[in-house]
Formats: sequence, structure tokens, C-alpha cells
Amino acid sequence: MGNFNLKVMRFIEVFIGANGYKTVLEGLQNTLKIAVFGLVIGIVIGTLIAVVRVIPKYKVLPRILNGICSFYVAFFRGTPMVVQLLLSYYVALPLMGINLPSVSVAIVVFGLNSGAYISEIMRSGIQSVDPGQMEGGRAIGLSFSTTMIKIVIPQAIKNILPTLGNEFITLIKETSVVSFVGALDLYVAFNRIGSNSYEFMVPYLVMALIYIVLVLVISGLVKLMERSLRKSDRGR
Amino acid sequence: MIEVVNLNKSFGEIDVLHDINITINKGEKVVVVGPSGSGKSTFLRCLNCMEDPTSGSIIFNGVDIADMKVDINIHRQKMGMVFQHFNLFNNKTVIDNIMLAPVYVEKKRMKKLRRNNPQNEKIKTTKEIKAEAKAQATELLKRIGLEEKANAYPSQLSGGQKQRVAIVRALAMNPDVILFDEPTSALDPEMVGEVLELMKELAESGMTMVVVTHEMGFAREVGTRVIFMDEGRIVEENNPKEFFENPQNPRLKEFLSKVL
Ligand SMILES: Nc1ncnc2c1ncn2[C@@H]1O[C@H](COP(=O)(O)OP(=O)(O)OP(=O)(O)O)[C@@H](O)[C@H]1O
Ligand SMILES: [Mg+2]
Repeated sequence: MGNFNLKVMRFIEVFIGANGYKTVLEGLQNTLKIAVFGLVIGIVIGTLIAVVRVIPKYKVLPRILNGICSFYVAFFRGTPMVVQLLLSYYVALPLMGINLPSVSVAIVVFGLNSGAYISEIMRSGIQSVDPGQMEGGRAIGLSFSTTMIKIVIPQAIKNILPTLGNEFITLIKETSVVSFVGALDLYVAFNRIGSNSYEFMVPYLVMALIYIVLVLVISGLVKLMERSLRKSDRGR
Repeated sequence: MIEVVNLNKSFGEIDVLHDINITINKGEKVVVVGPSGSGKSTFLRCLNCMEDPTSGSIIFNGVDIADMKVDINIHRQKMGMVFQHFNLFNNKTVIDNIMLAPVYVEKKRMKKLRRNNPQNEKIKTTKEIKAEAKAQATELLKRIGLEEKANAYPSQLSGGQKQRVAIVRALAMNPDVILFDEPTSALDPEMVGEVLELMKELAESGMTMVVVTHEMGFAREVGTRVIFMDEGRIVEENNPKEFFENPQNPRLKEFLSKVL
């Protein structure tokens, strides 16, 4: 136990004395940035793909788009996130001659990746909305896309909110892979503190704690949001 | 107003409608009856192309709307439809349900006007459009005695209230005709009356109506013409008095003996 106290002391020394907390804050910020912006991009992409997948397929254009979307989803769900990250950072972008900070690359890759997953979530969300909602909109003269945007998708999002919350939590946890392209996230921050103090037990414990707190807070927020959205459902 | 010419509809291999020909004139209240599965809903849904006819024409105000090239949305705005299950927008309040389409259509029209305004019509702001639509919606809610429900969500209304809101939502577009598909079939018996009452009022105000229903009392009292459909064909049509008192077709006789 005395040993452990010593380790805690070492950690505090580096965490506060050697400005370790600044690194941690930056790491936390990056972790959240990647997860939040990744989720937003993912929702936009996911919604677009989901809509393409539920459009009636009489015409050629929807069929072509559908094919592209299927390929996209298969690719991003079929390869590990690390691989996508490495391919983007070390292959695709250099080939295109583009130089971007690793955090930006991570945001884009997380967005593209979660877009593939969210498209499936969103599709089931859209399909869970009573088809009568679309009929009601079309019958009054609204177009397919207007009815989708104003009526169906808001209800779909409400239905899938818990699942989206889980997706966000998954993203937060997965951010630990961005160290592969040299981005500073929570893991990298605590790893540095560990290296500086020659002691990894406490830093990793604290890191785990921060992850757990993050996840708990987000779950709480999702529950709150669900409850406020459910107000429009009272009495059903 | 609506002229249906040689309308056929099949779902894959199943032929549901066969060579339907009918003309519906302004101010008529056409009631459609028939056994379950005879194609009444399909017929009604072909009138506003919610189902695309397999062949034939639907001439509405001089335009063949069954033609895939016409912008069907514009024509549907003038053809209200009321469903068995109301289909109110669950994510919108009652007043927003009524305002949504009028606001959307007017906004779109203003956008066009901004580009090309030959008559120098006054261009309204979004605020003015919304205020106008809100005044109209409030007026409509007053008419059905549901003003105090303006900010309620559909899930907070009874079935009868939902259907009355659905009817005024259609009215808000100032349609030329309203199509009703069994508007009272999903209601508890004690709520059927209020909806039929509103439909009667509409009929008296001169609205053109096509009504699929099992309410024979309504057909007799409000209908100007009653149509009997059987196996995808119109097999008899007549004024209500003759239709009910002097049916010709044996299937209709059998049907009436069951429902009356
Ligand atoms: N989308 C569809 N796909 C395949 N078959 C359909 C579809 N819609 C209707 N049908 C078939 O078409 C026939 C006519 O159906 P329709 O709903 O028009 O009858 P209805 O007269 O309205 O009956 P009800 O009184 O039960 O409402 C039925 O046999 C039905 O199974
Ligand atoms: Mg029917």
C-alpha cells in the first residue's frame, strides 16, 4: 500500500507539477472533438445514405446511388477503423498532396466510419415510422424529400436516439486509436505522464476513470433528451 | 372536375381495378361502397395517384395527372385526402399540422415570385406567410371547436378529434375536392357522429367529395350518387334513393341485405 501511495504521489507530481494536466486537457479536448464532430458528420452522411436506401427504386438514378451507398457501407463496416485511419493519413491524403493535422483527419475518418453505421441505424429508424406519416405528407402535396425532412426523419431520430447515444459512446471509446496517426488524445496524454513519471499504474487508472465518467455523463444526457422528446408522445 | 378514363390497376400479377370509367362533377358527393377487398381504397388512391394507375387517365381540372411527367404535388394540393387512420404528423402540434402545407406552398410561391413577378404581386415575408396561415388555421380550429387544442400533439387527442383535425388540415389547402377513405372506421362508436357531422357540414358548404364508407345512413342522406364496387369493377351507380330502394345487380342486393 505504501508503494501505491508513492505512485500516487509521483503521478500528482507530474500531473500538476510538470503541467501534465495541460496535456490531459488537450487530450480530452481532442477526444471530445473527434467524437462530437465525427458523430455530427456521421449523422449527416448516415441520414443521406438511409434516405437513398428507402427511396422507391423505379428509376435508374436511385438504383445507381443505392449501389454506391451499399459499397460505401460495406467498406467502412468491413475494415477496422485503424486501417481506415492509416489509409487516409499515410496513403490517400499524401497521394492527393493534401497535408492535414492528424486531429482533422481523425474527425473526417470517424465521420465517414460512423456514417456507415448510422446509416443502418437511421434506416431502421425511418422504417419504424408509420408509413401513414409519409402518406399524410404526400397526400397534401408535399414532396417526398420535404415530407422526409419535416416529418419522417425527426420521428426517426427520436426513435433511434438511444442507439445514437450508444454510437457516440462507441466513438469516444474508439478515439484511442488516433494515436496511430500521432494525434494527442486521452490515451496519449496519460501515456506521456506515465513515461515522465516512470509509472503507468495510476495514470492508466485515472484515464479509465475519465472514460467511465464521460460515458456516464453522456448516457445521462441522452436519457434527459429522450425524456424531453417523449413529451410529444404523452398519453399514447 | 375529375374524369377517370379506362383506369386499370394491378399489383404485380393481381388485377385490382378493371376499366373504371367515371366522371365526378363539381359539387357532387360520390359515395363508394362495396365488400372488403373490392378495390375501393385502391380506386380512391388512384384518383390522387397515391397509387400509380397501371393504365388509363385521371383528368383533374383538365390535366391528366396519371401522366408521370406532371408535377403531381401541385395537383394533390387541390385534392385533399382523409385517411382511416388520420395520418396526422405526430411530431407537430395540431396547429402546425394544419399550417405546415399552406406555409410551405406559399413560401415556395414567393420564392418563384422573387425571380419572376409579372403581375407585380406583393411579396410576403416568411413572418407574414406564417401569420396568415396561423389565422386561417385558428379559424378552422374554431370551426370544429378545438381551438384550445391548438398546441396539443396528436397523441393527446381522441380519435374523433384527430379525424376532425385531419379534415381541416385538408381544408386549409382550399382543395377542389376531398377524398375520404373510411374516415370513421377506426373510431370508437361514440365518436363517429362528430366526424360525420363535420362531413355533412362540408357537403352543405358545396365541397366536392368522394367518400368510401360503410356508413349507409351517410350515403343515403348526404350522397348525391352512390357507387357499388365489386371485384374491381363499378357494377352499379345511382342516386341514393334508387340505389337503396331499387338495387338491380344481384351482388348489390346481397351486399345491401347484409349491411342494412
Ligand atoms: N399495395 C398492395 N399490394 C398488393 N396488393 C394490394 C395492395 N393494396 C391492395 N391490394 C389488394 O387489392 C385488393 C383491393 O384492395 P383495396 O384495399 O382497394 O380494397 P377495399 O375495397 O378498400 O377493401 P376494404 O373494405 O377492406 O378497405 C385486395 O385484394 C388487396 O389485397
Ligand atoms: Mg379500403
